[in-house]
Amino acid sequence: MKKYVIVGNGSAAVGCIEGIRSVDQTGEITVLSAEKHPVYSRPLISYLLEGKTDTERMKYRGDSFYEDNGCNLMYARAESFDTGAGTVSLDNGQTLPYDELCIATGSRPFVPPFEGLDTVQNKFSFMTLDDALGLDRVLTQESNVLIVGAGLIGLKCAEGIRNKVKSITVCDLADRVLSSILDSDCAAVVQKHLENSGIDFLLSDSAVRFDGDKAYMKSGKTVDFDILVLAVGVRANTEIVKSAGGTVNRGIVVDDRMKTDLPSVYAAGDCAEGFDSSLGANRVLAILPNAYMQGHTAGVNMAGGEASFNNAVPMNSIGFFGLHMMTAGVYEGDMTEEKTDAGIRRFFVKDNLLKGFILIGDVERTGIYTSLIREKTPLDTLDLDFTKKVASSMIYSQKKRRKMFGGVV
Amino acid sequence: MKRVYVNEEWCLGCHLCEYNCAFANSGMRDMVAALKDKKIFPRIHVEGDDKITFAVSCRHCTDPICVKSCIAGAISKRDGVVRIDRSKCVGCLTCVLVCPYGALALGENGTMQKCELCLQNLCGAPACVSGCPNKAIVYEERSDAE
Repeated sequence: MKKYVIVGNGSAAVGCIEGIRSVDQTGEITVLSAEKHPVYSRPLISYLLEGKTDTERMKYRGDSFYEDNGCNLMYARAESFDTGAGTVSLDNGQTLPYDELCIATGSRPFVPPFEGLDTVQNKFSFMTLDDALGLDRVLTQESNVLIVGAGLIGLKCAEGIRNKVKSITVCDLADRVLSSILDSDCAAVVQKHLENSGIDFLLSDSAVRFDGDKAYMKSGKTVDFDILVLAVGVRANTEIVKSAGGTVNRGIVVDDRMKTDLPSVYAAGDCAEGFDSSLGANRVLAILPNAYMQGHTAGVNMAGGEASFNNAVPMNSIGFFGLHMMTAGVYEGDMTEEKTDAGIRRFFVKDNLLKGFILIGDVERTGIYTSLIREKTPLDTLDLDFTKKVASSMIYSQKKRRKMFGGVV
Repeated sequence: MKRVYVNEEWCLGCHLCEYNCAFANSGMRDMVAALKDKKIFPRIHVEGDDKITFAVSCRHCTDPICVKSCIAGAISKRDGVVRIDRSKCVGCLTCVLVCPYGALALGENGTMQKCELCLQNLCGAPACVSGCPNKAIVYEERSDAE
């Protein structure tokens, strides 16, 4: 009977468990969780503060998940592993044997060495349930919050706490909001909407020094605050693999089967650097769907099955104060743009393929477009008109549609 | 596993399936009271142009990407049916971003809804099928793609 050890307890770990169990129903699975919670939906922490969910409903799987899947969940941190002995060493002194190991350690907040950061009393990251609960405890209607970082994490935090505080200022060294997923024009649309919703911005600017409840900015401005949220960026937790001799770039390097270059060691989720088929190169795709799918792929392969995940692309669906946006792929090639009442839609086409899109406002049935990127569907086989407000399977030939909707998929 | 299939040559584009779906999932026994003067939120929708029309609802995929992608763990597949626990949904629309069929849509309360084959409502079998005037929508077992 195989012994599986999964280091980490997020959505990649769940994918791994479900992947293993799709092949092997009896092997022993041990899950190591550094956070003292059963798995929860990490991206929901902002919705928790907003009141759209609660700690019960944000459970990613039901209460009996570990038991139903024959898993031993341990609240312990893995410190190292030995590929020769096939063992994992834990921070509680225990050593666990493994036959197959999955590293699903996720990422951690990157905190730049700000001068005077230790003088700030109320400072938080916004990555974990405990971060969110800690932040929630100090928020009051009189709070002035400074958020460093106008990325997905910083802005979701801003939305989540907007109605609980007096003011929110978001600063970022980048010249626009959501710089990892939006180009300048699209970011301007979103920024305006956020400003109308009561968020203030200091862009192309960042804090260089803190003194108690005052931030001194690069521009020379100062910002008074009582609560500081640091959402500058994240770093993949790769150290455990690096010190075991595995190849690490920005993330743990894996192949299409999620195998690292160490024997019987796999990696999945935000800690891993897999192939991005839209980019044609490896990169960390720190999004939940990718984490689950990588984890599932790893699990199937660990259990002796055959699975390959070779069509991963970056993709995000996110909304702020009622304005929704979806992005996917890379923004390369010829751009087609449609401005609508609701926002803006941009499609990027190169070499007869849809390479990427940014859709703000109208997002109905966008998965039809995402699928064209993932499947690399040649556009000359389609009747595609990007000016149409809503995606439709009318783009396909009748024959293709008959196959899509007439059979078991 | 029985699923809902649409024969687009027979679809009249009458949209009755959308109304029957909205009624079936309203939990009400009177269609007029359930739908009159209200914006409807059906779990099946008709696409097409003036020549071709077809109704689209969840395919209950063998390997459903919506289940793997849901950031809330709200979508699951049990007994062959892809279901959504709307109490867990926060309306992030990630399922809309990934479904290649465009089969999920927002419901009236801002959470997602999808076809669950009317197995959980008063009908017990797909209302779109029984109400289709031209029998363009069928509920049957098929082995593989035609």
